Amino acid sequence: MKPKSAANQISFAAALVVVAAGAVSAAPDARAQASEQFIPLLVYRTGPYAPNGTPWANGKQDYLKMINARDGGVNGVKLTFEECETEYKADRGVECYERLKGKGPTGASAFDPQSTGITYALTERAPVDKIPLITTGYGRADSQDGQVFKWNFPLLGTYWTGSDVLIQHIAKKEGGFDKLKGKKIALVYHDSPYGKEPIPLLEERARMHGFDLIKIPVTPPGVEQKSVWLQVRQQRPDYVLLWGWGVMNSTALKEAQATGYPREKMFGVWWAGAEPDTKDVGDGAKGYNALALQHGAGLSKVHEDVLKFVHDKGNGTGPREEVGTVLYTRGVVISMLTVEAVRRAQEHFGKGKPMTGEQVRWGLENLALDQKKLDALGFAGVLRPVSTSCNDHLGASLARIETWDGAKWAISSDWYEADQRIIEPMAKHSADAYAAEKKLAPRTAEDCKS
Amino acid sequence: MLYRENGQFKTSYRADLQLLPIAQDRWFVLGLLAFAYLGLPFLASDYLFRALIVPFLILTIAAIGLNILVGYCGQISLGTAAFMGVGAYAAYNLTVRVPQLNFLIVLALAGFAAALVGIGFGVPSLRIKGLYLAVATLAAQFLLDWLFAHVKWLTNDSASGSVSTATIKLFGIELQSPLRKYLFVLTVVCLLTLAAKNLVRAHAGRAWMATRDMDVAAEVIGIRPLHSKLSAFAVSSFYAGVAGALWGFVHLGAWEPAAFNVGLSLNLLFMVIIGGMGSILGSFFGAAFIVLLPLILNQVPLWLGIPLSTATQSNLESMIFGSLIVIFLIAEPQGLARLWAIGKQKLRLWPFPH
Repeated sequence: MKPKSAANQISFAAALVVVAAGAVSAAPDARAQASEQFIPLLVYRTGPYAPNGTPWANGKQDYLKMINARDGGVNGVKLTFEECETEYKADRGVECYERLKGKGPTGASAFDPQSTGITYALTERAPVDKIPLITTGYGRADSQDGQVFKWNFPLLGTYWTGSDVLIQHIAKKEGGFDKLKGKKIALVYHDSPYGKEPIPLLEERARMHGFDLIKIPVTPPGVEQKSVWLQVRQQRPDYVLLWGWGVMNSTALKEAQATGYPREKMFGVWWAGAEPDTKDVGDGAKGYNALALQHGAGLSKVHEDVLKFVHDKGNGTGPREEVGTVLYTRGVVISMLTVEAVRRAQEHFGKGKPMTGEQVRWGLENLALDQKKLDALGFAGVLRPVSTSCNDHLGASLARIETWDGAKWAISSDWYEADQRIIEPMAKHSADAYAAEKKLAPRTAEDCKS
Repeated sequence: MLYRENGQFKTSYRADLQLLPIAQDRWFVLGLLAFAYLGLPFLASDYLFRALIVPFLILTIAAIGLNILVGYCGQISLGTAAFMGVGAYAAYNLTVRVPQLNFLIVLALAGFAAALVGIGFGVPSLRIKGLYLAVATLAAQFLLDWLFAHVKWLTNDSASGSVSTATIKLFGIELQSPLRKYLFVLTVVCLLTLAAKNLVRAHAGRAWMATRDMDVAAEVIGIRPLHSKLSAFAVSSFYAGVAGALWGFVHLGAWEPAAFNVGLSLNLLFMVIIGGMGSILGSFFGAAFIVLLPLILNQVPLWLGIPLSTATQSNLESMIFGSLIVIFLIAEPQGLARLWAIGKQKLRLWPFPH
């Protein structure tokens, strides 16, 4: 190598090192004025799950913008936020969490990791940093037990409540739980913690009612499912439960169409029941059902406010048409729950002050959103009452079924409530095992009150 | 002027054989160590420790391990992440089933478990070479991945297949704060680096390098390929196993089977190639490049105050990172360690080059 070019390379490398070192040490500390509440937004807008992650992320952000524009924040405390891209990967999620947890005058309010895998990793860190995790409709099923999982809030539903409702719905269709005997129900699942979460409950239900549970894993991200649907064709299950995420859902629907499996017999979890999953399949997905995590698609008062205060001002995070789609609304619901927890915490710890993560946790544990409050917030027809306690971090375990009519999602069933007589002992058992493994002491009565 | 060994006479074999024969190097390394132990704890924030430095140090261990196999012994492996996984799951099972064990023993046993598995999957290397061996190790990756995801015993019957660890206690001290974690990992890195540095210049290392350069010739001069290749697999997997246990226990705290997937294996291979094959120092450079650069690139627009959407920022990060890899490989195919060596050479003549 010529000495000249070698010298060039060294200076180039040195320059890079200097830039890198400078960048790391000079990370500006954006301490803003005291009356701001920082809400971290973990999102994924790239990678295989981006089509589903993007509307979710847009909904979360739009609601916060709307609260600032309409109400000027929470009792005068302005909401600030920052996004961080996780690509649905656990290690990037941990980095994002570390990056955002200390921002704002009082640190991060609460994290919505948007991924069961990241939730597992953050569950270890949240108690140390005293920041709550909100995992609406995902995360650890046993974290509904607030006695052990002090910092986790799987508000509105877990995979156990979801799969329980699905079985209830199937039993109703068949004409009673006793009719399930000898039936075959296949679970086609994303082969990851997310997809495996419902298995214990489904096994329990299978044991109770005597149906066969066929478990068919799909290797993530799930673009290749030929062998899966061959298995479905061979085994001829009476129903298929689809536990997919992202591109896996639309692929499954296309394969079901190719295999000739009736879409009416397919039931997705609430993460397999949104527009990105069915839009491309169109008529091929007609009749396919999925759980609705309380809300379905469509516009309500809160969406009109978002359109009026955010999109009409040109501040919309995503396209205007997206407002009111299933995952967008879920993002809105999650942000609303976060904001309401902050509001509840302010009632207790001082109105008009920014809350710390610890105070927001109290707010989450003492949420009392009755129908009147929800209607006032613009969630009439979207949500039913949510009320949490020290024991119950779920708040509500209601769900409905929605059906794709070839062009849009429409609610097609009445409300179901998951059977806590089955779920609660299981959650307790699992949470106790976790506590034993981690050597955690149970929470005292004072801890519950504080 | 500064970096010149004139006047440093070696009067004994010991002096000639020491690890860092040049006094300036010794001072530099000592200074660096002092900075890492005494300076950095006061300078770095929790974010730097938990999100950047600790993962960088842990992956450095894995990169050193892989470098021993690929760089020193010439056997390509695409299964390093799986061996890390073996270490992590071994450590998890040991702590769950034998809770009274000291974590240092757990760490060593995790390494040995990975070494055993590594030897097992190293056996094909006695018959096949190059790309064919790479494919065989890739099979190890997929097989082990599958085992982690589907053998319930390994995850202590966890319903979701992911496991979480209890806080590590060492001689009554809880490794909870980022600073303690950092100091612990740093110590492990120092010890393992020292061991690797000595191994590669000892009998074992010379046997590996002879095998790498020409295995037939190595056999002729009396090096047994069975020993040299399998010992390289064993040592490499030991390092990977220790790194895996640290990755699971110290960095993540809870992990799903996908934490040790083929993507991580490839990343480790990139670290070795970009850092410099056949160089322990290169493993540090490579790990820094692969671990730190994407995170820095991701945050640069923010620091400069350029408003970019999260998606653009993330795509930009991948693009710049990818092109930097290409640029570095074209500029210096032998890796960052080679650049370092050239820099030292230049410094010797400075300021009066011929």
